[in-house]
Amino acid sequence: MTMLDVEIGNIKLRRLLALCRKESAQIVRDPSSILIAFVLPVILLLIFGFGINLDANTVRIGLVVEDTGAEARRFAQVLEGSRYFDVVHDSSRQHARTLLAAGEIRGMVVIASDFSAKVRQGKGAAAIQVLTDGAEPNTANFLGSYMEGAWQTWLGQRSIDAGQTPPPLAELSARYWFNPSTVSRNFLLPGSISVIMTIIGALLTSLVIAREWERGTMESLLATPVSRMELLLSKILPYYVLGIFAMALCVVMATLIIGVPYRGSLLALFVVGSLFLGSSLGLGLFLSTTMRNQLMAAQAALTAAFLPATMLSGYVFEISSMPWPVQLASYFIPARYFVSALQTLFQAGDIWPILAINAAFLLASSIFWLGLTVLKFGRRLDD
Amino acid sequence: MFHALVTLIRKELIALVSTRMGRIMLVTPVLLQLALFPFAATLEVKNSTLAIYNQDGGAASIELAQRLAAAKAFPVIINLYSEKDLREVIDRQRALLVVRIPSDFSRKLARGEVGILQALIDGRRSNSAQIAYGYAAQVVQAYSAERLGQTLPASLVVQNLYNPNLEYQWFVLPSLVAIITTVGCLMITAISVAREREEGTFDQLLVSPLTPAYIMAGKAIPGILVAIVQGSLIILAAVLLYRVPLSGSLLVLYGSMMCYGFALSGCGLFISSFCSSQQQAFLGSFGFMTPAVILSGYMAPVENMPLILRGISAIDPLTHFIIVVKGIFLKGYGLEQAWPHLWPLLAIGIVNMSLAYVLFKKRSGQ
Amino acid sequence: MSPVANADPSPHGNDIAIVIADLQQQFGARPALCGIDGTVRRGCITGLVGPDGAGKTTLIRIIAGLLKPSSGTVQVEGLDPIVDSVKLHEIVGYMPQKFGLYEDLTVLENLRLYADLRNVTGTAREASFKRLLQFTDLARFTERLAGKLSGGMRQKLGLACTLLGTPKVLLLDEPSVGVDPISRRELWHMVSELAGAGMAVVWSTSYLDEAELCSDVLLMHAGKLEYAGVPRALMESMRGRSIQLRHIEGNQRHVLQRALRQPEVIDGVIQGAALRLVLRRAGERPDLAGLDAGASAQMVDVEPRFEDAFIDILGGGPGGDSVLAEHTREARLPAGVDPLAVISAKALTRRFGDFIATDHVEFSVKRGEIFGLLGPNGAGKSTIFKMMCGLLAPSEGTASVMGIDLKKSASRARRELGYMAQKFALYGNLTVAQNLDFFSGIYGLQGHAQRTMIQSMIKVFALTPFLSTQANELPLGFKQRLALSCSIMHQPPLLFLDEPTSGVDPITRREFWTHINGLVDKGVTVMVTTHFMDEAEYCDRIGLVYHGRIIASGTPDELKESARTSAAENVTMEEAFIRLVQRNDVAAQEAA
Repeated sequence: MTMLDVEIGNIKLRRLLALCRKESAQIVRDPSSILIAFVLPVILLLIFGFGINLDANTVRIGLVVEDTGAEARRFAQVLEGSRYFDVVHDSSRQHARTLLAAGEIRGMVVIASDFSAKVRQGKGAAAIQVLTDGAEPNTANFLGSYMEGAWQTWLGQRSIDAGQTPPPLAELSARYWFNPSTVSRNFLLPGSISVIMTIIGALLTSLVIAREWERGTMESLLATPVSRMELLLSKILPYYVLGIFAMALCVVMATLIIGVPYRGSLLALFVVGSLFLGSSLGLGLFLSTTMRNQLMAAQAALTAAFLPATMLSGYVFEISSMPWPVQLASYFIPARYFVSALQTLFQAGDIWPILAINAAFLLASSIFWLGLTVLKFGRRLDD
Repeated sequence: MFHALVTLIRKELIALVSTRMGRIMLVTPVLLQLALFPFAATLEVKNSTLAIYNQDGGAASIELAQRLAAAKAFPVIINLYSEKDLREVIDRQRALLVVRIPSDFSRKLARGEVGILQALIDGRRSNSAQIAYGYAAQVVQAYSAERLGQTLPASLVVQNLYNPNLEYQWFVLPSLVAIITTVGCLMITAISVAREREEGTFDQLLVSPLTPAYIMAGKAIPGILVAIVQGSLIILAAVLLYRVPLSGSLLVLYGSMMCYGFALSGCGLFISSFCSSQQQAFLGSFGFMTPAVILSGYMAPVENMPLILRGISAIDPLTHFIIVVKGIFLKGYGLEQAWPHLWPLLAIGIVNMSLAYVLFKKRSGQ
Repeated sequence: MSPVANADPSPHGNDIAIVIADLQQQFGARPALCGIDGTVRRGCITGLVGPDGAGKTTLIRIIAGLLKPSSGTVQVEGLDPIVDSVKLHEIVGYMPQKFGLYEDLTVLENLRLYADLRNVTGTAREASFKRLLQFTDLARFTERLAGKLSGGMRQKLGLACTLLGTPKVLLLDEPSVGVDPISRRELWHMVSELAGAGMAVVWSTSYLDEAELCSDVLLMHAGKLEYAGVPRALMESMRGRSIQLRHIEGNQRHVLQRALRQPEVIDGVIQGAALRLVLRRAGERPDLAGLDAGASAQMVDVEPRFEDAFIDILGGGPGGDSVLAEHTREARLPAGVDPLAVISAKALTRRFGDFIATDHVEFSVKRGEIFGLLGPNGAGKSTIFKMMCGLLAPSEGTASVMGIDLKKSASRARRELGYMAQKFALYGNLTVAQNLDFFSGIYGLQGHAQRTMIQSMIKVFALTPFLSTQANELPLGFKQRLALSCSIMHQPPLLFLDEPTSGVDPITRREFWTHINGLVDKGVTVMVTTHFMDEAEYCDRIGLVYHGRIIASGTPDELKESARTSAAENVTMEEAFIRLVQRNDVAAQEAA
C-alpha cells in the first residue's frame, strides 16, 4: 500500500492519476488540442487586439469649398489642422457624393459659394453643411461630435480675433477615470480574453468525452473498476491546467506585446479565471456527455457558449443599451461576469466589491454546470 | 453529365434536411441570431445612468442639472452629495458618466465668464462613455446658446445620409445577411466532404464516372443555394419585421449573394481538402470564420486597423459582401457601384476553387 | 428442420461461472433478446455464435454490467452485474468489439493505463507485462503508437489489456473479426491456454468454423437461442447428410444450380473444383444423372460442419437461381479488348515514401472469371484493389480494365466498372429509394431507363418494405443487397467487391454469391477481396498477396495442392493460406 492506493469516497488516487496521465498524453500528441489551446488564442488575441479599434481616430472626410472667401478658408484650415480629420479636397459635390456612397470617405463638408457673404451679413443664415455616412452609425456619431468641436474652435477663434467673449458660456470638459488614453484596446482586450477562454473551455471539453464514445474507448473503460467521479475528474483537471496556461499566455501577450496595462493582482486573476474555467469546462463536458457525438457537441458548444459570449457579455456591446429581455438573458451568461471582472482588474485594479459579486456568480455557474454533468454521466451504456 | 450533377446536388440537399441535426443546424443559427443581434449588437447609448454632483446651489447649475436629467439618453439619474459617493459610483460602475458642477459655476456665469463643468468618463467602457459624453455636451451647448441669445455667425447642419436617425438596426441587419450566410454555407461545404470521407462514400463517388470537378461543383452549388435561402430569410425579416429600407436593386442583391456563395464555397472546399474528419472540418471553418468576421469591418471600421490587417481584410470575402449588402439596402447601390466589390468575390472564389481542385486530385491519389 | 437439441453441457455442475435465466432485452420497440437461458463453464471456451444482429453483443454487454436487462437474471460468479457492479468489474475482463485502444498512446502506455485501472502494481505488474508481451509477441513494439499497429496486432494488444489483473471471467466480443487467419489462429491459441488455466471464457463470433473449436456453444439467431451445448453433438445430428460432389466436368456453377433445384438438397456451396451439398434427410441423395456433372462425377460422404447444422436450423439455404441474372443483359466486350485480359495489371508498383506497398504485381483476369485477392492484414490487397479501380495512381506499371489504361482515361474506364466498398458505403441518412435514385443518376441513367432499372432492382432484392427506411436503419443483410444493387444499376461488365460479405449471416452470404454467379454467367468479370476462406473457394482463380507481392496464384485447388505436405492430406483453404505465408517467411529469412 503506497500513497497512490489512498481512496477518498470512490476515487482512488492511482486510477485518477493514470487517467490524468493518459489524458495529458493525448492532449500533447493531438494537434487539434494544441491548435485550439495555443495557436487559436494567439491569433485571435492579435486580431482582437489590433483589429478591433473603436478609438477616436482620424476620419477621412471630403471637403468641398465652393467659396473663395476668408471665412471659408479659415474654417477649412480648422478642419485641416484638426487631428481628427483626414481631409480630402474635392472640387465637385457630385463627386464627393459618389465617394461617400462608395465608402471611400465617411463624411463630407460643403461650404457653399455664398458662405463668407452670409457670415458677414451677420443674420445667422450661413450654414456649414455636413453629410455623414449613416451606414456606419458609430463613426457617424463620432464625426458629428468632432464636427461640433471643430465648429466651436472656429467660433472661438473668430471671437478672439474680434475681441469678444468666446461663446459657449458653459463648457463640459472631459476627464478620464481609468484608461486615460482611452485606447479602446484597453477596454476591449480584457473582454476578448473572455471570449477566447470561452472558446477554449467549451470547445476543448465538448469534444473530449464524445470522442471516447465514438472511438469505443469509453466502453472499455467502463468495464474496469474505474468510478464515475474518477473519469470526470480526469477530464476536468488536465483541461483546467491547459486553460490556465492559455489564460496566462493571453494575459502575457496582452500586457507585453500589445501593451495593455494590468493593474490588478495575479491572485485575483487566478481566482476569477479558475471560476470561469470551471463554468466553461462544465458546460463543454455537459454537452459532450449528453451528445456522445463530437460534431454535434462542438456545434452546440459554439452556439451555447461562443455566441452569447461575444454578443451578450458586455464586452463590445453595452448591456444596458439592450432591451430588457435581452438584458435578463445576459445574467445567465458566465462570460458577462468574467468580462466585468477582467475589465476591472486590467484597468482599475482589485476593486473587491465588484470582483466579489462577479466571482459569486461564476461560482454558482460552475457548480450548476459541473453538477449537471455529474448527474448526467452514467456508469452504463444505457444511462 | 448534367443530369449527374443535378443528382449530386439533389442528394446533398436531401441529406441536409433528412437528419434532425441537419435541420437544426440550418434553422437555429438563423433564428437565434436574427432574434439576438439586432437587439444586442448596438453601440448606441440608451438606458444609461448619469450621476450628477452639483456642488453649486445656484439657479444656473440647478437648471443645467435638470436639463441633463431630462435628456433622453439618461433615463436613470443618481444625485451625488460627496466626493466619496462620486468615487464609489465610478468604481462600482454604477454610472456611465458623472458630471460635476463646481461650486462657483452659477457665479461665473452671472459675471459673463466661462463656467466649466467636469465630466468624468469611465474609461473601462470608453466607447459608450464617449458617446454619452457627446450627448451631455450637446445639452450643455444648447443651454449656452439659449443663454447667450446671440445669433451665431454660422450654424452647423449635420445630416446623416442613408440612415438619418442612425438606427443601429439598419446597420446590423444587412451585415447579418452576410454573417449568417457565412456560417451555413461554409460549414456545409467543409463538413460534407469530410463526412463522405469518414463514411466511406467518398470512394464511391471517386469510382463513378464523375470527375473531381463535378464532385466539387456538386458540393459547392448546394452551399450556394443554402446561402441564398438563408439570406432571403434574413432580408425578409429585415424589411418586414425590422423595417430596414431596401433602396437598391434586388437583382443585384441576389447576384451578389451568388458571388459571395461562390467565394465561400471555394473557401469551404479548400478547408475540407486539409481535413480528414468532420470535427476537423468544423474547427477549421470556425477558425476561418472568426477572424473573417472580426476583420470584415463589422465590429470596428477597417480604416482603424493597422496596415497588415487591412491587407487581410481586403481578401476577406465578408468585407466586400458587407459593403455591397449595406450599399444595396441603405445607399441604393446598383450594379455599377457594387461591381468594385463583386469582382474580388469572384476572384477569391476562383482562386480557392482552383487550389481545392488541385489538392483534391492529389489527395485522391490521381 | 431438426428440433433444438439442448444437450446437457457439462458433467461438472459446480464448474459453472455464469448463469443466464430467461433474459429479455428490448430497445424501444425492438426485441433484442427473447428469453435466453444458458450457462458458461470455467476452464473452457464457450462460443457465442451467430450472425450479425443475433444479439451477441447485447448479451455480452449485459453480462459485463454495461446494460440493464429488461427482465430475467444473470449471475456471474455469484454476482449480479448491475447491483454488484464494482466487484464485478474487478473479476471480469471485457474486450468490446471495437476495442478502443488509445491510438495516441504507445503499446506500453496503454498497458500501464489498464494495469493502473485494475490495480496491478509492483513486481506483479512487471511479471504480467513480461508474460503478456511475450504471449502476444509485441515485445518489440512497446514504444510504437497503438494507432500505428496492424489490425491483428491491435486485437492482441486489446486482449493483453483485458487480461491484466487476471480476471476470472473473460468476455470477448468478436475478437477475430477482420483479422487474417494467421493472427486469428494465434489469438485462439492464446485464449485456449488461458481457458485451460481455469478462466471462464465467452468468445463471440460470426465465424461458424470457430464454433467447432469451442467446448460449449450458444447458437443465437435474431435474439433467440437456437442451440446450447457441445458443438460436436449438433454436428453429429447432421451425420450422413453432408456430401461432396467431386470430379465435375463442365461448368460447376451450373451443376450447383441444378443440384439446388433438387428436392433432396437443402444447401450447397462451391469448394474449389468440387461441390459441397447438404441433404434434407440422411442418406437420401439426389439423382446423379440429373445433375449432368459428367461421367466421372462422384458423390462422397464427408464430415458434417457446424455451418451445415446452422443452415439446417434456419430451414436451409437459398435456391441457386438468381433473379438478378434474369434481369441482366449479356456483358458485351467492345472490339479490340482481349477477352483473356479484361482486367490486367503489369509491373504494378506503388510507393508511399520509402514504403513499397505494392511490388511489381502482375496478373490478368479473363472475361467471366471470378478472381480473388487474398492475404493477411497489411499485405497490400486494398492498395492493389484501389489501383485497379482507379482510386489510386500507380507509381510504376499499368493497371488497365477493358483495355483502358486507368492512368490515362480514368473517367471512361470507371464507367465500365461497378464497385462495392467494404462496409457498404451507402448514404446512411438517405432512404433506400433515395440511394437507388442517387447511384443510378450519377452513373448516367435518366428518365424512363432509370425508373425501369430502379424498379427491377427493388423487385430482385425484395426492397419494397424498406423503401422509406434510412439506409443506416437497415438490417445488415439488406444493407448488403442495397449496396450490391447500387453498384450494378449501370450494368457494368466488371465488378469489384471489397470484403462484400463481412459479418453477414450464411444464408444472406449464399444468396449474394448466387447473384454473383448469375452475373458471371452473363459474362460479367468479378474481382473480389476477402478474409473469409470459404469464399476463396468460390473463386475461379486466386492471387495470394503478402508483403505487397503475389506469392502464389492459381485455382483454389492448385493452391491447396501446393500447400500439401503429404499425398493423402486434405488441406483446407485456411490451412493452405497459412502454410504458404509461413513458407514465404522462411524463404525470405533464408535469403537474408
